Amino acid sequence: MNGETLNLLPALPELILAIGGMALLMLGVFQGDKSYRQIANLSILLLLVCMVVMINQVGGDRDVTFNGMFVTDAFAVFAKTLVYLGSAVAILIAGKFLSEHGIAKFEYPVLIVFATLGMLIMVSANNLMSLYVGLELQSLSLYVLAAMNRDRLRSTEAGLKYFVLGALSSGMLLYGISLIYGFSGTTDFDVLATSIKGAESMSIGIVIGMVFLLAGLAFKVSAVPFHMWTPDVYEGSPTPVTAFFAAAPKVAAMALLVRVLINGFPGMVAEWQQIIVFISIASMLVGSFVALVQTNIKRLMAYSSIGHIGYALVGVAAGTQDGIEAVLVYLAIYLTMTLGAFAAILTMRKNDGMVENIEDLAGLSTTNLPMAVAISIFMFSLAGIPLLAGFFGKWFIFLAAVEAGMIPLAIIGFLASVVACYYYLRVVKVMFFDESAGAFEGGQGQAVSAVVGVSALVNSPVSFLLIGSLGSAAAWAANSLLF
Amino acid sequence: MSFLQNNLLSLMMIMPILGAAILLIIRHNDPEIEKRNIRQVSLLITSITFVMSLVLWAGFDNSTSAFQFVEQHAWFGDISYYVGVDGISMLFVVLTAFLMPIVVLASWDAIQDRVREYMIAFLLLETLMIGVFTALDIFLFYVFFEGGLIPMYLLIGVWGGLNRIYASFKFFLYTLLGSVLMLVAVMYMYLQSGTTEIPELMNYSFNADVQSWLWLAFFASFAVKMPMWPVHTWLPDAHVQAPTGGSVILAGVLLKMGGYGFLRFSLPMLPEATIEWSWLVFALSIIAIIVTSLIALVQEDIKKLIAYSSVAHMGFVTIGIFLLNTNGVEGAIFTMLSHGVVSGALFLCVGVIYDRLHTREISRYGGLATNMKIYATLFVLFSMASIGLPGTSGFVGEFLVLNGSFAYSSWIAFLAATGVVLGAAYMLYLVRRLIFGELDKEDVKAMPDLSLREKLVFAPLVAVVLWMGIYPNSFLEPMHASVTNLLETHFSTDVTHAAASTTGVPAGR
Repeated sequence: MNGETLNLLPALPELILAIGGMALLMLGVFQGDKSYRQIANLSILLLLVCMVVMINQVGGDRDVTFNGMFVTDAFAVFAKTLVYLGSAVAILIAGKFLSEHGIAKFEYPVLIVFATLGMLIMVSANNLMSLYVGLELQSLSLYVLAAMNRDRLRSTEAGLKYFVLGALSSGMLLYGISLIYGFSGTTDFDVLATSIKGAESMSIGIVIGMVFLLAGLAFKVSAVPFHMWTPDVYEGSPTPVTAFFAAAPKVAAMALLVRVLINGFPGMVAEWQQIIVFISIASMLVGSFVALVQTNIKRLMAYSSIGHIGYALVGVAAGTQDGIEAVLVYLAIYLTMTLGAFAAILTMRKNDGMVENIEDLAGLSTTNLPMAVAISIFMFSLAGIPLLAGFFGKWFIFLAAVEAGMIPLAIIGFLASVVACYYYLRVVKVMFFDESAGAFEGGQGQAVSAVVGVSALVNSPVSFLLIGSLGSAAAWAANSLLF
Repeated sequence: MSFLQNNLLSLMMIMPILGAAILLIIRHNDPEIEKRNIRQVSLLITSITFVMSLVLWAGFDNSTSAFQFVEQHAWFGDISYYVGVDGISMLFVVLTAFLMPIVVLASWDAIQDRVREYMIAFLLLETLMIGVFTALDIFLFYVFFEGGLIPMYLLIGVWGGLNRIYASFKFFLYTLLGSVLMLVAVMYMYLQSGTTEIPELMNYSFNADVQSWLWLAFFASFAVKMPMWPVHTWLPDAHVQAPTGGSVILAGVLLKMGGYGFLRFSLPMLPEATIEWSWLVFALSIIAIIVTSLIALVQEDIKKLIAYSSVAHMGFVTIGIFLLNTNGVEGAIFTMLSHGVVSGALFLCVGVIYDRLHTREISRYGGLATNMKIYATLFVLFSMASIGLPGTSGFVGEFLVLNGSFAYSSWIAFLAATGVVLGAAYMLYLVRRLIFGELDKEDVKAMPDLSLREKLVFAPLVAVVLWMGIYPNSFLEPMHASVTNLLETHFSTDVTHAAASTTGVPAGR
């Protein structure tokens, strides 16, 4: 802590990733675009190596470095594992799509590596400054990724929109941070927590600062009322990029949100709890009702992810250890559902290129039954119907809410999930009950099929066997956060 | 105890899954032979499951109210895989296993598209239905209870009639909406008592203030599932649109889950709220019996008529359950079993003529007694069973419920009895229009009588309807100990029941 000898071990995976990412960038620059395949494979390897190093070398014991700016604990290990996996899968499923659209550039995997690095810093941030640095590194990479397909109007529009609104939210975040610093005199979460707890009376400046901070973070997790960018960006970005957006960054931002609130503002539970409850309810309702009228499946998934963030926030609102455990379980399950669903969307290809309308799935059960079954598993799982993994997520989340005495919140959440069920059912209906609208051309490669297959499997009743270990891992992670 | 005895319930649930897996790998160059093989394997699997259910019945000890054939394995957290049967649930398991081979046989020729998927959906549904009746962990129960929506949704939506999509959505969303409130109650009960085991929860006495809320949450789910008036409207749609096999399972088994839920959860776990709210159940049930009977009188669609008659019969069941006396509860269970067989048989009867003429409009038929003699005989027999003619299964249940309601209040008995009269009216009116009258339509004249396969389908149903009517004791005896224990433990007298539920003999142990 005193900086006598700098202990780099807690940040070892991040350092490897940073150096590796830059090496890959150099490699790409010297070899040109034809090196996409090689760089993509190396990036996946790099991410997995870092993950193994983190699990084996860093472990779950709490440790801080860089003068308390960077912290690792079991919570970080759990969230980072999800981030690593989400990023690796996003690179894995992209190959064929990118080369078909003529955007198979080496920057794609490299940008994902840097975005991942940003997310890892977010998860490990123990200081408002490292929080901001991680967040910006991630966001800047994501802005570029959204606009990757630069010859296509919608992609550039998505990138620009994301950038402008993202910059606005970063501004709010910074303003909040400066207020908090100004009124408390620290940016360190641990010091902040003790100073707030020890204070005689609550300073209104810190409250306002925290509200701005929350607004900025709500933007990153696309919680209502800061969700406006989500449908447009999801729709406009190239599909593998959308898959990436929906998965790993959401996990990282939620983990960050949890750490800030639990570690940084434990003395202000009553203040932030009501904000979280509000954005949670708003997200669940908007995610459910607005999705009802969507015809584009990527927009549908955008509203679906807004709704799911709303559910995850229910666990945050509970504010208890069980609540955080529930958030982690939920995020893990959400990650598999989302990646699987987007990998399946990648296979929606007809003679004149990619199709994105729900109607294009018509009669999929007669032309490609395994794919239709897989998509149905994702849809029922997203809807949270028992037998599928998504139900376990809802069970943990709402159990924590009921335990914390938030029964109205649980009831609203469940009612919203019934509404949401309608549009998930509609996708199943289109695939199973409607006449075929022509088969999809197969072939997004084995990687995509494997991702669809594996995630469908873990979401299917096979999840009955996995939920025990996932639950105990999440409990182990949540336990570390509260020391 | 052998391996089979120790794991009988799990084996009964694994068997259909195994069958579904076998169906996945059956391939043949000739699609007709492939379909035939699929049907035969399905029939074999469901028959084996039925035989296992008979083993269950044979090995069942009538003298105790304890749970039998219990299996428990840790799952996650406090939740375990915990199954077992008592006198209340055992016969429902048998009923489920009994109806399944019949459904497979009934779908033999009627289903020609996607036979493999159809049979897989049914087999998975069987596993889930058995799971609902055997689960002794409240979380496990909910998983099975809700999970059954998925195969049923697909069955209605893929193989249903013209308006199947509307019906399948309505079925799914209605039932889901009811159930999520129950899930909140389940969570609350788990957190209060610290256990999800049903036998433990039965001994836990919840605070009287929250009991009402919990009771209402359970009621929301089970009332939709039963279905009770006024949340019954999904049922006619689902029944009319579902394929014959789907209707049989819907009426035969899925509707029983509501009544089973009341008996397993509302009564033993929330006894004070049960007494407090029984007026609501009686009111809704009596309205259901009278109103839906009148609605059934004016139906033009055969399936719709039988669907409304189901709602009316379920009215008897709910009255019987909440009378909280032995006759009432046993009558309710018996009515559920009888209705499972009889309404299943009636839907199969509709399926027979629907397969021939492809319409369910009553006025398109007439005079079937002249050219389809065996069919007409069976139809009249099942109609009589539905009306509750002595000697058929329907009589025993209605008699016990009416008997029980006289002990409780003669007004309830009087109003419920009008339902019996109305039931006779709409069924006899249906029989007159369908079976008797002039045989004046050319296409109806050309309809052949039952084939050998169809006779095979109906033979066991006829046997069971008469058996239940002539010697009901075979069915009443297994449930007697459990029902008595349920009522004595939780409702011994109005004054001391609260004390009894905390200090009395643990139910089911």
